[in-house]
Amino acid sequence: MSEKKPALWLRIYALLAYAYIYFPILILIIFSFNTQKINVRWEGFTLQWYKVLFNDQNVILATRNTLIIAFTSTIISTVIGTLAALALQRYRFPGYGAAESLLYVPVIIPEVVMGISLLAFFASIGLTLGLGTITLSHIAFNIPFVTLVVRARLHGFDKSIEEAAMDLGANELTTFWRVTLPTIMPGVLSGALLAFTLSLDDYVITYFTAGPGSTTLPLRIFSMVRFAVTPEVNALSTLWVLTVFIVLLIGQIAQRSQSPQQTR
Amino acid sequence: MSQFAVELRDVVKRFPNPGGGEITAVNHATLQINHGEFFSLLGPSGCGKTTSLRMVAGFEWPTSGEIFIDGKPMGRTPPFLRPVNTVFQSYALFQHMTIFQNVAFGLEMEGVSREETRRRVEAALEMVQLTGMGSRKPRQLSGGQQQRVALARALVKRPAVLLLDEPLGALDLKLRKEMQLELKALQEQVGITFIYVTHDQEEALTMSDRIAVMNKGNVLQIGAPVEIYERPNCRFVADFIGETNFLFGKVKAIDPDFVIVSLHGSERELVGIPLGKFYSGQEVVVSVRPEKMRIFDDTPLKIGVTPNQPNCFPIRIINTMYIGSDTRIVIDFGGGTQLKVWEQNHLSTLDTLAYYAPGQELWVTMRPENVLILPQEE
Ligand SMILES: Nc1ncnc2c1ncn2[C@@H]1O[C@H](COP(=O)(O)OP(=O)(O)OP(=O)(O)O)[C@@H](O)[C@H]1O
Ligand SMILES: [Mg+2]
Repeated sequence: MSEKKPALWLRIYALLAYAYIYFPILILIIFSFNTQKINVRWEGFTLQWYKVLFNDQNVILATRNTLIIAFTSTIISTVIGTLAALALQRYRFPGYGAAESLLYVPVIIPEVVMGISLLAFFASIGLTLGLGTITLSHIAFNIPFVTLVVRARLHGFDKSIEEAAMDLGANELTTFWRVTLPTIMPGVLSGALLAFTLSLDDYVITYFTAGPGSTTLPLRIFSMVRFAVTPEVNALSTLWVLTVFIVLLIGQIAQRSQSPQQTR
Repeated sequence: MSQFAVELRDVVKRFPNPGGGEITAVNHATLQINHGEFFSLLGPSGCGKTTSLRMVAGFEWPTSGEIFIDGKPMGRTPPFLRPVNTVFQSYALFQHMTIFQNVAFGLEMEGVSREETRRRVEAALEMVQLTGMGSRKPRQLSGGQQQRVALARALVKRPAVLLLDEPLGALDLKLRKEMQLELKALQEQVGITFIYVTHDQEEALTMSDRIAVMNKGNVLQIGAPVEIYERPNCRFVADFIGETNFLFGKVKAIDPDFVIVSLHGSERELVGIPLGKFYSGQEVVVSVRPEKMRIFDDTPLKIGVTPNQPNCFPIRIINTMYIGSDTRIVIDFGGGTQLKVWEQNHLSTLDTLAYYAPGQELWVTMRPENVLILPQEE
């Protein structure tokens, strides 16, 4: 790669694009430290909103729920989604085309529709709405995303490495654990990361499938801002942005250590 | 120890064709490979070499027929239970493991102790001249080095048979030649049976003890390099191995050792050796290799010494090409036939080109044992 610098106007343009994306978030972060209760004028620095936040039982409960749902649904949907991707890569069977397209429909259909249908479904089989139903829903909408990401990684996967492993004496299971999985791990990690973030901030589907006591953070925030955006919400959002940022960073580092450098 | 290291008995392999019907990749192949032999499967692209090898390795199962490894029928034995190892064309190294871990993988699967693994891996790396590279990742090695890792990884298991699918295919010509010699030396050193797939006839000729020539799923001829080259059993083998000239004619007379063929389109008659069974009047193909013909001027004729041998014909030079070691000449043999003739430049004359001028009228001769009479294929 050449070390050529982009033209000045290009650099300004890029700067503006980034500002457009990050300026609102920056404002939000700044106002979370504002002493003033209304988000219009900067008054002075304070951490009181964070204190309020950490003492808000509802927020703590919502955070707990959100994390339980996100972790459970991420793990399960990553396993199922990865296996689906492997199956689609490896086998050709009658109805292959249908299986492939139907898997991705949930990515396209409106979330509201999916939310309503899941609600109807849970009602019809008599499941009580709560953490369980939310988790099931999140697993459902996460699977296609995981499969999509893992399939992208599988594209160009050299099947002969699996054959080599078997040739060297590894049975199917050992081959999967020792060779297949480590090779596609970066894809699986990105899939899991995507599933985790999607689950963290899902509002619509969660709204339809939540029951009493299973409020998640997005639901909580929406109910908090029904009247006004308080600095407490700003503080909560700031912490959230920070969390997502850290998760992404960990993902990046994990991926980098997974895929060896191209350099000689 | 059984008689053969590997035996294919009437093996057929058919694949379903995506467009409907079936493809016969291997058609009633019967091969017997001896212990310690360097055996090559040679043939053009798509002739079923890889499929044959994969059936021995256990990645594919024969549609019919049976494969024996050291006398034991393999049936549907999975690859990890067969005493053979494969060197893949793509090397198929595990990118997430170091070179050491790659080579150690097979031993680990056998449950070999840590100490012995270390010793054997190091010995294997030394054998392929990669000592000290154990801690690198495959991507940090050159193509030739990766190839050696693949080799070490398979050899460290001490298999009864090593299967190699065009292992040098991805290397440049110079490295390829080097590795050919190394591989051959290595095979002699370890004494393991090698089954070597290649579509490069020169590679097969230089390395193999025996070669099986395949085309369209059929095994056409099995023999030592000399036999395959000097006594091909059909037109395809004669054409595929080395270069040759084909002439067409009809059997005129047969005696126990020689056949006389009268060529189409001229009055000329060739005496050659029959490779197959012939009857009088049969349509045949005659194969003569370019280096087996001699061009000479009419001096011997002028001084009254008639060449008291068959296969002497007047010809006309069409053009010559000087390529250093050889001069390659195209001659007009009459009857609309052009032949390639290669002459070795064993004299250091600077005027070889002047010797054969286009249009020059000269003579050509070939010994009957170098004139191969083959059946015309249906
Ligand atoms: N899995 C498969 N499914 C369908 N057809 C196949 C399959 N594997 C091989 N074939 C077909 O079988 C025939 C023989 O293939 P094979 O790979 O054995 O050829 P090859 O001699 O190794 O050729 P090359 O020199 O190009 O590697 C080809 O026509 C190929 O298309
Ligand atoms: Mg092949």
